[in-house]
Amino acid sequence: MRITVKLFATFRKGRFDAEVREVPPGATVSRIVEEVGLPEKEIGIVLVNGRHAKLWRALADGDTLAIFPLVGGG
Amino acid sequence: MEDLRAFLANCARGDLLPWADQVAAADRFHRTVGSVEGAALELGLLPARYQRNRRTLSTAEQLRLFQSRVVIVGAGGLGGYVVEELARLGVGTLVVADPDTFEEHNLNRQLLASPANLGAPKVEAAVERVGTINPAVRVVPVRYAFSRENGAELLAGAGAAVDALDTVTARVALARACRDLGVPMVHGAIAGWYGQMATQMPGEDITPFIYPSGNEPKGVETNLGNPAFTPAAVASLQVAEVVKILLGQGRCLSRRMLFLDFLEMEFMEVPIASGPASRDPG
Repeated sequence: MRITVKLFATFRKGRFDAEVREVPPGATVSRIVEEVGLPEKEIGIVLVNGRHAKLWRALADGDTLAIFPLVGGG
Repeated sequence: MEDLRAFLANCARGDLLPWADQVAAADRFHRTVGSVEGAALELGLLPARYQRNRRTLSTAEQLRLFQSRVVIVGAGGLGGYVVEELARLGVGTLVVADPDTFEEHNLNRQLLASPANLGAPKVEAAVERVGTINPAVRVVPVRYAFSRENGAELLAGAGAAVDALDTVTARVALARACRDLGVPMVHGAIAGWYGQMATQMPGEDITPFIYPSGNEPKGVETNLGNPAFTPAAVASLQVAEVVKILLGQGRCLSRRMLFLDFLEMEFMEVPIASGPASRDPG
């Protein structure tokens, strides 16, 4: 199946802004995070089709996944 | 009180009260300039320092700000700018909590930091700064870290709280305390070119959305640091939210959050699912 992956902020560096990827049916957000090479402890907000989602969420064909880094400074 | 009112009415130029007369009234009637400010606003007189507010904030609204108490948790990058702007706006009481002292690496961005006060408590610098820019505003310095145990005492009587903390753990604890006490809270966080913010109104719980895992105490700011403009920009957005909360105006950033990218100059609005506070966003 095909999904669109959008990366934000520091996650774009050396990777991409947005990319359509071919992934196995039922692939989870975690799997994509690993494939793209994002450190899991740096992950902040995850959105699937614009709604908040957890890392174990299984994706469906045509989904758009957006991943933001964890921002906590003050 | 009648004498003070008559004195103020007599000094006013139109409905503006010049600063020199506010100070003269305080001297003559043995009051603080803050107390004189309250009396003037109640009479419908606007301290002249706020005259450029008046097309945006009425005298009645200025009185409401003067009667408000805002708790700012953290007096670092975000907190320094938040204190500055709330004081210039004329919010009457600012409770500023931070256990830290200034260090050299704060100088690149923290409004209250200067070479002269390295090693001094941040909350003392807040008292000094506000005393310099708007002596009518009272600062209550609190030199300890926010915790679940002291949250209720710290937040008592607050019209709004500002999350200007620097760890995820403390931010989540503050949001929970504010939710328990029904105090509106404005969250802001920064890292390098990036920031995020959201407003938690009473009855809402933003923590599962702003920090979904909640396991990591710090974010990418550990690697990125923070330049001067990121805290200034995010703090200003937080202050705009606080003013709207105190005055019941406009539309707050409730049930949505903003992710700010100053490098690409992209501001992303992300919806926060509505529904019961305990609902799992997954």
